[in-house]
Amino acid sequence: MGRMVVGAHYGLKDWLAQRITAVLMAIYAVVIFVAILCGVTSSAQAWRDFMSHGAVQFISLLFILSLGYHAWVGVRDIWMDYIKPTSVRIMLHVLTLLVLVGCAGWAIQIIWRL
Amino acid sequence: MSEVKKLTKQRPKFLDLTAIRLPLSGYASILHRVSGAGMFLMLPLLIWLLELSLSTAPEQAGQFAQITGNIFVRIILLGLIWAFLHHFCMGLRILLIDVHVGVEKQQSRTTAMVVMVVSLALTAAFGLKLFGVY
Repeated sequence: MGRMVVGAHYGLKDWLAQRITAVLMAIYAVVIFVAILCGVTSSAQAWRDFMSHGAVQFISLLFILSLGYHAWVGVRDIWMDYIKPTSVRIMLHVLTLLVLVGCAGWAIQIIWRL
Repeated sequence: MSEVKKLTKQRPKFLDLTAIRLPLSGYASILHRVSGAGMFLMLPLLIWLLELSLSTAPEQAGQFAQITGNIFVRIILLGLIWAFLHHFCMGLRILLIDVHVGVEKQQSRTTAMVVMVVSLALTAAFGLKLFGVY
């Protein structure tokens, strides 16, 4: 009695997702950095050959999806912290989602058509 | 809502941002947020550059060189390099704190300093490459 139920119970799930996506992206960043040190950006052809390799396409897809989810949680938290009027906040949430889904589709399409 | 108000203790509030002094880890934490927001806002630019860099059309390759040669774009890219490196280093610090490494006050100060110094030093190293010094 008298207890107010708040929240949508996505706290733990998002906390964990933020960590998993972060680790995936960190590993991807290191892999790409090492590949660049090994010369995959020495020419446009070498860069395309590298990015069109099946294994690289696979990890790039995981990276793009991780980034999309990670950015969603992060940017949503920023709106939740600073934007008080509910209508403005919800609008920004929707806008963020649309931008991220669009960007993810765009990036996947770039990698996948190679 | 009135019941919530009754249950919530009235705590003193001090929100004068110009007078609040934070420990270094506080600033590093805010910069984690700022860098994340910056990268989110610049995401379309980065995807566009990725697209141009992978294109087989010669005019697009020329466009890539033209855009990345622009001084304002290079300054934005330098900012994004710092944003990525700070976000990366601070992210590792957060993951370590999750497993209870670096929770003590002195360790927390030290790791915050390491995050700031390492990300700025690496930004300088990548920045010199970006501006063609080596």
